[in-house]
Amino acid sequence: MGMTLAEKIIARGAGLSEVSPDEIHWVDVDLAMIQDSGGPRRIWPMLDELGVGIWDPDRVVLVADHYVPAQDVNAALILQTTRSFASRFGVDNFYEAEGISHTLLVEKGYLRPGMLYVGGDSHTCTGGVMGCLALGMGSTDLLGVLATGRTWLRVPHTVRVDVAGFLEKGVTAKDLMLTMIGERGMAGAIYRVLEFTGSGVAAMSIDERSVLTNMCAEIGAKTGVIAADEVTINHLQDLGVEVDEGPSSDRDAQFLDTWRYDASNIVPVIARPHRHDDVLPAADLVNTPIGRAYIGACTGAKYEDLAMAAEVLAGRRVASGVLLQVAPASAGALARAMADGTAQILVESGAQLLSTGCGACPGIGSGVLGPGEVCISTTSRNAQGRMGSPESKVYLGSAYAVAAAAVAGEIVDPLTVMGVPA
Amino acid sequence: MKIHQGRVWKFGDDVDTDLIVPGRFLILEPSEIAQHVMEGIRPGFAELVEEGDIVVAGDNFGSGSSREVAPRALRAVGIVAVVAKSFSRIFFRNAVNLGLAPVACPDADVIEEGQSIRIDFDLGEVEIVETGMRLKAGSLPPEVAAIMEAGGMVEFLKSRVSGSPL
Repeated sequence: MGMTLAEKIIARGAGLSEVSPDEIHWVDVDLAMIQDSGGPRRIWPMLDELGVGIWDPDRVVLVADHYVPAQDVNAALILQTTRSFASRFGVDNFYEAEGISHTLLVEKGYLRPGMLYVGGDSHTCTGGVMGCLALGMGSTDLLGVLATGRTWLRVPHTVRVDVAGFLEKGVTAKDLMLTMIGERGMAGAIYRVLEFTGSGVAAMSIDERSVLTNMCAEIGAKTGVIAADEVTINHLQDLGVEVDEGPSSDRDAQFLDTWRYDASNIVPVIARPHRHDDVLPAADLVNTPIGRAYIGACTGAKYEDLAMAAEVLAGRRVASGVLLQVAPASAGALARAMADGTAQILVESGAQLLSTGCGACPGIGSGVLGPGEVCISTTSRNAQGRMGSPESKVYLGSAYAVAAAAVAGEIVDPLTVMGVPA
Repeated sequence: MKIHQGRVWKFGDDVDTDLIVPGRFLILEPSEIAQHVMEGIRPGFAELVEEGDIVVAGDNFGSGSSREVAPRALRAVGIVAVVAKSFSRIFFRNAVNLGLAPVACPDADVIEEGQSIRIDFDLGEVEIVETGMRLKAGSLPPEVAAIMEAGGMVEFLKSRVSGSPL
């Protein structure tokens, strides 16, 4: 019987010729990522308790993205511990304030088709965009991986998400994922792997595809995956990485289900506070005033998100009384935005440029919300208190929707601001 | 821990780790974080809970962020088990690694706040003490139970890293 892409990667990791859903296997890990919040400061004392080092420091990437730049002495101490960990354990793949791990590892070419990759962050699933099995975990799970290079996995069922057609102008992968989550709920794919296929996916760039895999965390999926194709291989070749196309699901693989979407039917949507599955067309939420607009996070501040915002903001001004903040997802995204004038447009419109990192998304960095503040954000979660005060409210949308709301001072259908005919 | 009886604290569906421990507290040490556990949705929870109490919830418990301090904080204030209709997989793994028992129970809805429940881990059963009603519950697969029985991942690794490979 054929196997899915996820099953093939787990079988290889387990040293078996085939695996089936719900089996539990110990597997070899190809690459592990840890970040500054749940990484060194939590894992180092446990490594010392075990009296062991890292199984293979070259297979570990350490990213300081949550507490950068340090906003107080406690954050500075966390970053010092992170740096000391890198030198003590010989982790040369160390990045501080160069970007959010999920964006950075794709941008730097660490993730390759067919890899079994684990990371100490729930949005590790983003990495599935490169055709690898990318799994989020907590600190002590990562301790086990760092100590032994192994972990246990339950073989998941795979649901195929077939996206036919093409997204219309002004409509994004974010709108597709919010629509899907709105229909199926936060637990809509619990314990499942979502494998994205179809013309609508093939037509997307790496930046847009990575929103599909990133937001698998928001629908409860174990992870998301997109089999490598020409776009994936070209991305790696541009970075000087030569790889084969890697595994894909067999024709006779057993999918639990197939969800079919027609990309051309997707419209700009917004998730309302405090649930990211409470989703409505942006057009149904007009006249909702906002005071804050935030373009940030691994979900919503990659280069193409910045470019989308600039498309709306060119020649326009952020409305009086609105604070638009932009925290690029990586230094690479910012560099591109500076090179082609995108950043200039953002700043001239009145946007405030914040440093790269997770920022206000997890309620940690610059731009957190105070009581009563109403924000529209390109991030992926809006649980009560996620971005700051429990008395703040967060609406979620695409970079187009956030930029359009920043200009209007209230939620609008971004297509009307952009002059796209209905 | 073959059988455990304790008092129930009841929560709904999709209890996100952002609600269990909001991000603004992550900068603190785990002992300080525990004092704020669940406070956004159940003010005073850390003081009200007693050692041995049980959290009962709906679907997708512990969704969202991978922050391990969420199950760590629940355990620190006295919660020994979470009985839920389903778990977010990262929370489930974190709980096992820290010795907080995750018990999947599809009928957890019928359990009420303040009741006492008796969990039989080997049998895979939850009994509501007040009513005598018995509910089917999942038991951990042997590979995962081995970690739980060792007292969590650190103790499990201690027994393995020096001896046979995992």
